[in-house]
Amino acid sequence: MNASRPGMVEPQILPKDRLPELIRILQEQGYQVVAPVEEGSVLAMRPVSDAGEIACGIEDTQAPGHYRILDGPAPTYFDNVVGPDGPKRYFFPPHLPLFSFSVDDDGFVLEQVAPEPPRLAFLGVRPCDLSAIRVQDRVFGHEDNGQVFRCESETYYMRAREAALIIVVNCTRPGGSCFCGSWGTGPEATEGFDLSLTELRGSFLVRAGSSSGVSVLDALSTEPATEAERELAYLKVLRAREHMGRVLKTDGLGELLRNNPEHQIWQEIGDRCLGCGNCTMVCPTCFCSTVTDSNDLVTGNVTRTREWESCFTHQFSYVTSGPVRASISSRYRHWLRHKLSGWWEQFDMSGCVGCGRCLTWCPVAIDWTQDIAQLQREVESREAQRVSSTLEATS
Amino acid sequence: MMSTPSTTSAQETNAATAVRPKLAVYKFSSCDGCQLSLLNLEDELLALANAVEIAFFLEARRAVVPPPYDVGLVEGSISTPEEAERIQQVRRDCRTLITIGACATSGGIQALKNWGDTEEFVRYVYAHPEYIDTLDTATPIAAHVFVDFELRGCPVNERQLLELITAHLAGRRPNIPSHSVCIECKRKGYPCVLVSQAEPCLGPVTHAGCGALCPSCSRACYGCFGPMEHPNVESLGSWLNERQARGHRELSHMFRSFNGYLEPFKQASESHERRANQV
Repeated sequence: MNASRPGMVEPQILPKDRLPELIRILQEQGYQVVAPVEEGSVLAMRPVSDAGEIACGIEDTQAPGHYRILDGPAPTYFDNVVGPDGPKRYFFPPHLPLFSFSVDDDGFVLEQVAPEPPRLAFLGVRPCDLSAIRVQDRVFGHEDNGQVFRCESETYYMRAREAALIIVVNCTRPGGSCFCGSWGTGPEATEGFDLSLTELRGSFLVRAGSSSGVSVLDALSTEPATEAERELAYLKVLRAREHMGRVLKTDGLGELLRNNPEHQIWQEIGDRCLGCGNCTMVCPTCFCSTVTDSNDLVTGNVTRTREWESCFTHQFSYVTSGPVRASISSRYRHWLRHKLSGWWEQFDMSGCVGCGRCLTWCPVAIDWTQDIAQLQREVESREAQRVSSTLEATS
Repeated sequence: MMSTPSTTSAQETNAATAVRPKLAVYKFSSCDGCQLSLLNLEDELLALANAVEIAFFLEARRAVVPPPYDVGLVEGSISTPEEAERIQQVRRDCRTLITIGACATSGGIQALKNWGDTEEFVRYVYAHPEYIDTLDTATPIAAHVFVDFELRGCPVNERQLLELITAHLAGRRPNIPSHSVCIECKRKGYPCVLVSQAEPCLGPVTHAGCGALCPSCSRACYGCFGPMEHPNVESLGSWLNERQARGHRELSHMFRSFNGYLEPFKQASESHERRANQV
């Protein structure tokens, strides 16, 4: 291996017992490593200082409204899928002081600005979350090959994203709420990462996707993967693709949702939806925030703070005449239509990546993929009826 | 940069003459925990005492400045005929009236007696029932007089109390969201005890403000901040009944705790009680 080679180098093999070395190299390159750790009853992406802290031998079971972790039969690292938290927390922090100032004789004196984002290396980002990062890039801004696409400039996000190194892990054991296969956002990542790993029995098959990735690989001095190892990695991902927990027919979704704003599914979902906002908090593409100003009685300083906000709250759409979306059903419809339909008009892409978090973390297990499937079946049979009656009329 | 000479001179004058808003703190039927939250603001207490004149606060200060007061904080529910009368005078004495805590806002834990027989309680509990002069109900302050703001919690969160007072002094809207506890819980990254541990968590229908204290200790929220905005208590109750096999009696008790007398927790607890009695 040498760094002068182009971005795509042939797959390498990293034995699992050399994982500590990978962590050390990342740290030497100035990164703080963030990886999946067992935190209470969930797997969460958290900063780690050595490889021993990374969750190992843990499997998860997921279904709408249900999440459990348990000890798996083998000491594998990634026989599980996304927990409630993803990289979003680090690029777009849930609570961020934007600035604070004091008032003196001549006006305002800036006391503090938003913190400088740390230089993070994410180890174990799933392909769905990688796609979600690319969705948020579109919203908050990220430079790609000298071009910046963005809805608004979000400085903290752009800096954190620019500084980060992403090691993606291809999924070999999808969860019960997963449907990345329907969107083509997983189970294998094809671009947008620095390194990608596929977990084999005693090793990882490693691919580099950027020059930063190549430099990490170079420092590791790994061996190229054999034909058999490449085949095994391919088969593991193929098997994952065939075992998605859920399926979503994505064709024509935008039109479907635009044409059925008054369908009974919205009322049925609204009757069950708690309006608690969990789905939006765990969604890796949800980007809403609220900005509040507060003053400190002791110091006299004024601080502007940004926090994650949800379109499921009453305050979210509150205007002079009251909330625009007063009922819970209207909020759910708004959220889902935005993800599946409005996002295309706004950002020319889907707002859903199929990670399934909104299903798993819904306290009352609302599975909108089933509601959408029901709507699709109804529309199809209505269409079939219309066609057959037209044919009868013309014959 | 903005030049604000007029504001500065106004501030100086203000400091020199020290005309401070008068604060009163009242106690009705309660445990004193919410008043104590004010005294627990150790780092800010001196600044607070500088910003307002503590005019009436029997738990903190013997001296009493006569009314009227600019801000009155009311703790406790109305449980006796004397209290029902006194709250009317308190309202007349305070320009802004703020209730602090579950008792003042919902009737509190003592409102459990509203579903029982007061006379019977008094007979069993007290050696001399004839000394007891109590109403049949414990009710929130807002059932008696107009309330300007209700701060939730059993007890109130001291940071929220400080924010409320600070915002009031600055003439700005307080940052006190009325959404679910879940939003606080997820922002802080705590594991969801309902989804990942099948705990009967009331977080999805409970008013935020505590900072998701119980879930941070892997405990289910028991709703001590009362119902949030538009809570779907029916859906959560059915889910806990069907999928967690929580009985209607248990669910009735869950909703009927510190804020049981506040709608729609009241309605939910009564509905589950009816269903429990049908079985």
